[in-house]
Amino acid sequence: MATMFYSLGKYILLLRLSFKRPEKFSVYWAEVMREMVSVGIGSLGIISIISVFIGAATTIQVAFQLSSPLVPLSTAGKIARDSTILEFSPTISALVLAGRVGSSIASQIGTMRVTEQIDALEIMGVNAPGYLIAPKIIACITMIPMLVIISIALGITGGYIACLFGGEVTPADYIMGLRDGFIPLTIRVALVKAFFFGFIIASICAYQGFYTSGGALEVGQSATRGVVFSCVMILFADLVITRLML
Amino acid sequence: MIEIKDIYKTFGDNDVLKGISATFQTGKNNLIIGGSGSGKTTLLKCIVGLHEPTKGKVFFEDENFTDMDFTERVPIRTQIGMLFQNSALFDSMTVEQNIMFPLNLFTKQSLAEKRERANFCLERVNLQDKNKLYPAELSGGMKKRVGIARALSMQPKYLFVDEPNSGLDPKTSIVIDDLINDLTSEYNMTTIIVTHDMNSVMGIGENIIFLHQGQKWWEGSNKEIAHTDNKELNEFVFASKFMQAAKGKL
Repeated sequence: MATMFYSLGKYILLLRLSFKRPEKFSVYWAEVMREMVSVGIGSLGIISIISVFIGAATTIQVAFQLSSPLVPLSTAGKIARDSTILEFSPTISALVLAGRVGSSIASQIGTMRVTEQIDALEIMGVNAPGYLIAPKIIACITMIPMLVIISIALGITGGYIACLFGGEVTPADYIMGLRDGFIPLTIRVALVKAFFFGFIIASICAYQGFYTSGGALEVGQSATRGVVFSCVMILFADLVITRLML
Repeated sequence: MIEIKDIYKTFGDNDVLKGISATFQTGKNNLIIGGSGSGKTTLLKCIVGLHEPTKGKVFFEDENFTDMDFTERVPIRTQIGMLFQNSALFDSMTVEQNIMFPLNLFTKQSLAEKRERANFCLERVNLQDKNKLYPAELSGGMKKRVGIARALSMQPKYLFVDEPNSGLDPKTSIVIDDLINDLTSEYNMTTIIVTHDMNSVMGIGENIIFLHQGQKWWEGSNKEIAHTDNKELNEFVFASKFMQAAKGKL
């Protein structure tokens, strides 16, 4: 228990240091842009692929479960839409990004620690957490919501493709379902989730990387710990946000 | 001048440094030597502020570095250059970007001025035309020289060097030692070198501190080191057969 509070304290102090005033704004801004490209453009491929497949699979499964003649087929589109917006796009994307972006953050910072590059920054008088961690957090909290928006669009498109080639639900019914009873709050919930998931991925993985000590083995362990803790915290935050907002 | 007073450093139950005091003179190569685990690197890290001493003070000129917070230390840190054991170059940056990095953060120089300074530093370490290479494309000796060039970029008053010869062949080691020696006198820097390489000790050791079991065991110059009757120091200096054979001629 004491170790948990000690780690939590260290994590909070590291975050405080990360958001101290930068030595030179332009240098940090360039770093933020670089990280945004890495997180956003770098993850676009994997997010697109999983979104289309999950959207298609969700639609087929919902249609399968709604085989009663009493339920209109358009309901499949409605359920697929809400599931994609509220759960699949933000949460599954975040879990995938924890693996892709989180492990990269933890191993990059961890390698810098064990090869004394972080010491070199500190010797120069650079606030190492600010220079290394803040741009990654800013990149994740801005780019992950954008990726989630793309994921939602592609997930819904994936559902449409499934209708087009599957035949369980007609495309016309699917589109009718998509338009039926749309609540804008669901999009807000998805974006709030994406924002917090981005923060969780970047900050937890950066924390694990920053306090790495040892060599290559420990860098790998830090990356694994970063991904595992991020995934657990993403699921916990998912529950809390859902409970609070819906 | 750098002065350390009664430095102690403890990690858990392990007392690594036990009350070390010393003065490191300006314009001289100050060497910290000792066997593995004697506390050399820990002492260096305490001096530059990477470790906080458990007890004791570090003074840069007359300024109490130990009692300063991170922000107060920045003006002194911009006068510090450090060469790390593994060079610690930033992998994601080219040689030129590595050297320009501190200039980008702490000066208002134009890009042309920063490039000029980077070229000058690279020329000084005989690495012209290597600007666009990445650290992964350099040999060990070249990395060390880029590390020195980066350390020089801010025209430091203090140069710290951790194991400059580790992983280098004897010939390249001498090149690096000579470079550090030349730069120290040319820019009148206070240079502190941690090493256990006897070639460096005999070649450039103007002021040497020998650490043993976390304590300062001996202090002198390379001229005095071969004629001391300090048992532990003799065991360290004359550990190799080569040094034993050369003992009478030193």
